[in-house]
Amino acid sequence: MVHISSSAAQIAIASNPVEVREGLRRLLGMSPLCQLSDDARGTAEIVLAEALNNIVEHAYAETAGSIEVCVQVIADHLCYQITDHGLPMPKGVLPEGHLRAIGPLEELPEGGFGWFLIRTLALDLAYQRIDGRNLLSFRVEIG
Amino acid sequence: MNLTTDLQGDLLVIHVMEDRIDAASAIQFKDRMREVTQTVSARVVLDLSRVAFIDSSGLGAVVAVLKAVGPVRKLELAGLTATVQKVFRLTRMDSVFVIHDQFPGALKNAS
Repeated sequence: MVHISSSAAQIAIASNPVEVREGLRRLLGMSPLCQLSDDARGTAEIVLAEALNNIVEHAYAETAGSIEVCVQVIADHLCYQITDHGLPMPKGVLPEGHLRAIGPLEELPEGGFGWFLIRTLALDLAYQRIDGRNLLSFRVEIG
Repeated sequence: MNLTTDLQGDLLVIHVMEDRIDAASAIQFKDRMREVTQTVSARVVLDLSRVAFIDSSGLGAVVAVLKAVGPVRKLELAGLTATVQKVFRLTRMDSVFVIHDQFPGALKNAS
């Protein structure tokens, strides 16, 4: 297993795709994420990008606002907490994220991969709505 | 979205000259792909060797291009980097595309 020092990284970004891109670049360059193997960093970027894109697209569909991300090492896991101040999840629960069956060319899905990827790569996904904020947390095994 | 093209006989190779196809660039990617695939060719190969990262919006855009160039021509992919490969594999979209391990330069005589 890769040794990762027990540091925490924190960023705040505005709710648009360019800020998400820039935020990912900053976060992945910070400890502990910069210490990961290429493969683990790739996984971290996929999960984070999907979680942040969903917030931009849905929670902040009608307004703009800020998103805060905190990543820290706890035991042999990277623990993520993402906070936004946008709309709550529909019915207060996280989407199922089932992959659609692959059918004929003209019916291939052009979206709906995001929650599938998050659910495939992240452990212990949890969602809470507290005082007008959405709190999403999950962890990913290191190495 | 910077794309360059290279017509090698009946093979149109499109090089993505960006390091990511993501939510911030997916629409521009689709628009530029629509323009460059107007060129008549039997095959279209998308060179993704410079693309280190793709998200679900970027993946959706690549699928949209596959549908747009088909059904007569099929979009083929080449040069997938590790994270891009992972996204295609996890979503099972790797089963939908012809994916070449080699770079398009080596494809010239490979069909």
